Formats: sequence, C-alpha cells, structure tokens
Amino acid sequence: MARIVGIDLGTTNSLIAYMKDGQPCVVPDRHGRTMVPSVVALTDNGLIVGDPAKEHLTRNPERTVYSVKRFMGKGLADVESELAYFPYNLTETGGVIRIRLGAKHYSPPQISAMILKELKLRGEAYLGESITKAVITVPAYFNDSQRQATKDAGLIAGLEVLRIINEPTAASLAYGLQEKTQGTIAVYDFGGGTFDISILKLKDGIFEVLATNGDTHLGGDDLDRLLVDLFIAEIRDRYGIDVGRYPDHMQTVRLEAERAKIRLSDDLKTEITIELPEDKGLFTRELTRDQLESLVVGVIERTLAPCRIALKDAGLTPHDIDEVVLVGGSIRMPLVRQRVEALFGKAPHCHLNPDEVVALGAAVQADILSGGTTDMLLLDVTPLSLGIETMGGVMSSLIRRNTTIPASAKEMFTTYVDGQTGVDIHILQGERELVKDNRSLARFRLKVPPLPAGVPRIEVTFLIDANGILNVTAKDMRTGESQSIEVRPSYGLSDTEVERMIEDSFKFAAEDINARKLIEARLDAEALSKTTKKSLADAGHLISTEEVEGIRHALAQLSAANTGGDSRVIRARMAELEQAAKRLNVVMLDDSLKKSLQGKKVTELP
Amino acid sequence: MANDQPSTRPETRHQLQMARSMCWHCQSAMSGEYFCERCVKVQPVSKDTDYFTCLGFPRRLTLDPKKLEAKFYELSRAFHPDFYQAKSPTEQTISLGNAAVLNTAYRTLRDPIQRAEYLLALEAGSVKDIRTSPPADLFEEILELQDTLEQYRASDRESDEGHRLRATLQTEQQTLERRREEMESQIRQLFTDWDQLQDRGEATSQARAERDRILKRMRDLLSHRTYINNIVNDLAATIA
Repeated sequence: MARIVGIDLGTTNSLIAYMKDGQPCVVPDRHGRTMVPSVVALTDNGLIVGDPAKEHLTRNPERTVYSVKRFMGKGLADVESELAYFPYNLTETGGVIRIRLGAKHYSPPQISAMILKELKLRGEAYLGESITKAVITVPAYFNDSQRQATKDAGLIAGLEVLRIINEPTAASLAYGLQEKTQGTIAVYDFGGGTFDISILKLKDGIFEVLATNGDTHLGGDDLDRLLVDLFIAEIRDRYGIDVGRYPDHMQTVRLEAERAKIRLSDDLKTEITIELPEDKGLFTRELTRDQLESLVVGVIERTLAPCRIALKDAGLTPHDIDEVVLVGGSIRMPLVRQRVEALFGKAPHCHLNPDEVVALGAAVQADILSGGTTDMLLLDVTPLSLGIETMGGVMSSLIRRNTTIPASAKEMFTTYVDGQTGVDIHILQGERELVKDNRSLARFRLKVPPLPAGVPRIEVTFLIDANGILNVTAKDMRTGESQSIEVRPSYGLSDTEVERMIEDSFKFAAEDINARKLIEARLDAEALSKTTKKSLADAGHLISTEEVEGIRHALAQLSAANTGGDSRVIRARMAELEQAAKRLNVVMLDDSLKKSLQGKKVTELP
Repeated sequence: MANDQPSTRPETRHQLQMARSMCWHCQSAMSGEYFCERCVKVQPVSKDTDYFTCLGFPRRLTLDPKKLEAKFYELSRAFHPDFYQAKSPTEQTISLGNAAVLNTAYRTLRDPIQRAEYLLALEAGSVKDIRTSPPADLFEEILELQDTLEQYRASDRESDEGHRLRATLQTEQQTLERRREEMESQIRQLFTDWDQLQDRGEATSQARAERDRILKRMRDLLSHRTYINNIVNDLAATIA
C-alpha cells in the first residue's frame, strides 16, 4: 500500500508527518522548520504559501489570506461580526464564502488546498516519493459542513483523504504511543482558532472517546484581537489616527500583538513597538503579563464551560481524570495552564510538543489505516446531535451527540396526500429544540411512487461514517429498491464545483510551480551574490583587473535578472557568475592553503 | 420463534445463522460467526440479529459491564473501518454497517434502562408503545407540582413568594428522586426475577404466566420511571 501521511491543517500553522520505524516524525523543510504558516499570498508572480507568504501580510494585506480555517464550511453571515479584522475581501456564492485575490475568487477549500499542496510538495521532496494519500485532522467540534469542506480541500490538492480525524484524539494517539498509559485522560486543545476538549478512556490499545465538546470559533486569534483593539484605541487616543483604515498597519498591529502575547508566556513584561501610518513615528508602550491576563481572562474562561459539559456527558467528575494533556499553541500561556489545573485539580501533562503532537497523531492514524500499527484503535464520537426537521419547525434528533461513530439511524417516511411524489427532508445538526437555532446541513427530496396517502414506505438511513461525515441512503420498503439521493449541502460546495476546482488546480499547477521556482532561484541568487562580493573584497587583489571587471559585470547581470520574473534567466546568470568567479575561488583556496603551510617544514605536514 | 423460546444459547444461535445464510463472497454455507471460515471475508451482521446475540450475550438483564466492554472492544477490532482500508469496497461497506450496528448494540446494552426497554421490545413488541405515564398514586401530587412549577416560572424569583415556591419545588424534587430510586430498585429486582426464570428454562404454563407478569410489571415501572425522570430533570433545570 502506498504511503499515507498525516496532516495537521491548522488555523495558524500546518504540518505534515509520517511514520518511520514505528515512530511518527514531522517533516522539516531544508532549514529545519517543521511548521508551514497557513498563509497564502497572491504576488505578481503567482500564488505563494507558507513562510514567504507570511512576509506579504504587511506588504500586501489585501492579497494575503490567513486563518482561512475559520471560514471552512461557513456562509458570510456566520462571520459577519469579525469581517472588520480581515483585510482581504470576502463575498458569498451558493452558501460558501469566497475570497477575492486579484481578479479571481477562491473558496476556503481552495485556499486550504494550496496549503495542503505545499505540505505535499515538502513531503515529496523529503521522502523522495509521490504522496497521494493522507489523513487530515480537524477540530473535534467541527460540524459536517466543516469536515466536508476539509475533505474537499484534500481532493482539490490532489490528495485522497482516507480519514478525517479529530485533533484532540489524534493528540491522544501520539500521547498513548509515547506514554503507554491506561486510564481516563482529558485532552485540552486550545489552538490558533479553535478550542476542543475530549475525554478518552485508554485501555489495551483502544482509545475510546467518551465525550467531546468545544468551540470552533475560539482560539489564540481571539486573544490577539483583544490586544489589537486595545492598541488601536490607544493609538487613536494618543495620535488621533484610525489604524483600521490602513490594512498594512492593521497587520503590523496584529503581528505585534501576537508576538507580545507569546513573549509574555516567558516574560513578566514586554515592550510594544508599532510603526504608525503616515510617518507619524512609533507607538510604544509597556505591556505586563498581568495586564494581558486581565484582558484575556474572559476568553480563557470560555473554554471551561465546554470542559464541564464534556465531563458531565461522560458521566465523570474532574476527580476521575487521571491525566490532562495540553495541546495547541495557546496552552503556552501560564494563565491557561493555571485555569486548567484549577478545573481538573491536577497539574497538566506538558511533555509533548503542543505544536507537533496533532500531526504526529495523524501519522499514527495513517499507519493504522495502512496496516502498520495493528494494536491501536481509535473509537471516536460525533460531537453534535444529528436530526431532521419535523412539523412546527422542531428538530427531531436521530443520532445524539457523543455517539460512537460509525453510527446509523433509520427513519421510515410515508405520504400524507394521495399521489404525493416526494417528501422534502431537511437535515440539521445541533443541540437546540428549534430548527432555526440549529445548523442546517443539507436538504434533499425523497422520491415516492404516486400511491394513496400512507401507503409508500421509504426507509432512510442516516449514517455517520468514521470521518464524522453524514451519508444518506433510501430504500423503498415495498419494492426493496434503493434510491440514490442528491443531497444539497446548505454550506458546502457541490460535487460539480469541487470537480471543476480540481481541474483548475491542475491547470494552475504549472503557474504555481513557476512561482515557487522563481522564489527559490531568487533566494539562491541573493546568497551567491553575497558570497561572491565577500570573496571579491577579500581576495580581489589576487586576480587581474579584467577578471575583477568580469565578475562585477556578471554580478550586475544577475542582479538585473533577479528583478525579472523568469527563474531560468536567473539560473543562467548564476551559472555565468560562477564561471566568471571560478579563478577567484581557485586563487582564494590556493592562498589560504599557502598561508596555512607558511613556516612549516615538509616533514611537519600531515 | 425466539419469542416463545427466550433462552438463546450460543449453540442455537449458530444453528440459526447457518440455516439462514451463506457467504456473500464464496457462497459456501456460513459456519463462522462473523467471518466466512472458507474465504475469511467479513459477513454483514444480519438484520435479524438482536443486540444481545450481536455482542454474544444471552438475553439476560444483569450484565457484567466489564465483560460487555471487553466484547465490544474485541468486536470493534474485528469490524472497525480502520482495518478495512486495503479491502474491497464490498468489505468496506460491510465493515461500516457492522461497526454502526455494534456501536448501537453496545450503547443500548450498556445502560440498564435502555437494556430493559430493548428487551421489552424484543419480548413483547415495540418499545415505542411504552408511553411515559405517571404512577396512579402520584397523579394528584404531580398535577399539583405542575401548578407550582407554573407559578414559580411566573413569579419574581427573588421575592418571598419565589423563595417559598422554590423551597417547595426542592422538597418535591427530593421526594421524586427517592421515588425514582425505589422504582429503579424494583426494576433491578425484576432483572433478577427475569434472569432466574430464563435460567430455569421451564416451558410450563406457570412459567409463561410468570414471564408475562415480569414483562408487564417491567413495562409499567419503566414507563413510570421515565415519567418521573423527565419531571426531575425539568425541576432541576428550572430551579438551578
């Protein structure tokens, strides 16, 4: 079986991991960095992803997308309250948010697919083989639409998504593999954009999730925003400048807020420095950990209610939890650790790398699927109750939250009017009584043969698979025939749209690769210019003036090529420079050799 | 039919399955429980297999939760879709369906009340017939309680009246909780009665009468208990 990789598609950072000799490992880039910032930027030379894209956050804010995970499986109305924080342009088509980059609009799964492709390329370069299959993690509290959107992103990126797995449970797999413990654990996963709590029972290699809860709109981003709001208000008071009108400076403020928050996990106070728009100078202020904590304590408190509900659903008290495992970047804040410790009455487990553990767990799950690991099995649950709309706008639950998946429910439908040929069914997810308070997942029309009222009997099976994704099938009980159902998702891409996006993604793959090659060529060219200039300064006197002139000329040519948009031209100029500087390098080598030999007798040589 | 012979021993179960099914893949008569012994392909759990049979337990009401869990884990390892990734689409579909049935079976049998309701449905018709109804002797009391609840909901909770109503409701809640416990203990006694009757395996008319008595009593108790339980939850939510 071809290799299956594990991918943590995070709000802020994403990682790819694989299994090596029974141990999960994260794939690093050539600089040893394991995290790919989940940022996509449209540059004049095409789309770029990750670290180079992150630089465009302040340079090019309207065309640089970050935190796209917050928009997965959502409509524009869902994110209305936070639109002001995003400098890029958001619209909606067919219940799906679209992000404008230049002349084109992209759905969140397409942007996520670009991040997935970057991870795929990284994995392929590192492992030296093509990667086509993956396990991708999602927050445990993601609903059906958000999971489906993640699966679509994988498809668009050219990946077969063999499993969608919940982030806290993925973490528990990595934890279980490392610690080999048994008992009841709580995984507290506080990431960049989402919060999850999962309570699991670990016994004889079975990881049984007892209950899960969370908030898919609660994370480090929300902490940063409180700081951003504070700084913006202070800048307005002190300088009369509305930073909100300057997207690039908004990004500067946001990034500084994030960095200050991170620094205050180690330090008790820090210095904030923000460059103001219109050359108004610098905004500076001191920020103490106490100030930060009193600002964000409310957001952190919001993670505790889901913890209590999960405990109650699992039929447990905090005392029953043997270990609390912390996951996600936000758990580095001392206040978060204090609150978790206070709730569960024990010091949490912090020996795992909170940034990498989810990706590592995804790799373990990938290994289970490929048949490598056979002694571990994850039994996860569906986080939200699934139901259908009944008379009077009430939701009738079919599968309760925290039911172990795969889970199925059957419901018999009939007609109320003679000759009726269809029954409309509206599928919902949520815990509230009324349809309007729950999440609409999809609608479909059940086809019924025209018969007297009450005679047709159509059995509909609602099956939540191991990915937590709903599948609907129908069967006419009179004829025994199955009926294919076309489900119209309320907040998702249609199958045809996903197919078109896959085609597009292949079409533009060449462009994307060119953009990537260009960036790499430029970086290499800059490095070569720098070393050559240094050699020239150190040893230029050892070669002829013609030769020095030749090198200077080649350097100038390369510098000119580097501002152009063709990686092949840059590479050609680099080769010419290398050729021109060849003798300089030889002479330098001879010279240093000579110097090291000076004053030594032949017999002393090694 | 199973209804007339509630004693379901493993041997009879095997015979029943053998008589009814052949392997979907190699068409040989099925002798294995969930896997064909000839071609080792997973077999779909039959629609007629009840949850007790599915988890390999006799139709008894007292179950050892540890044994139930161990069996659930064992069968999860056999059926879970994780282990069918490299198998054919048919096997993947069967694994998905079986895992879903297994999960429902375990969830139902793990909880004593759901287990009893399920057994009633198996032995004496649909569980949906079990309406929630108040115990006859509590009828007046419950009507009065509903009144008090209405008054409390309409009252200013911080007023003296509100405090008084709240205290009344709290006392009522405790009374009902005690009543619920009594019912649960009576239900547990019926569990023992049922299991003993089944273990004796008698086919006399006396035994049949005893069986009907237990099932009737169980139905009434479950119905009353659910009713009381709903009120207790409602009370708890209102005065929380």
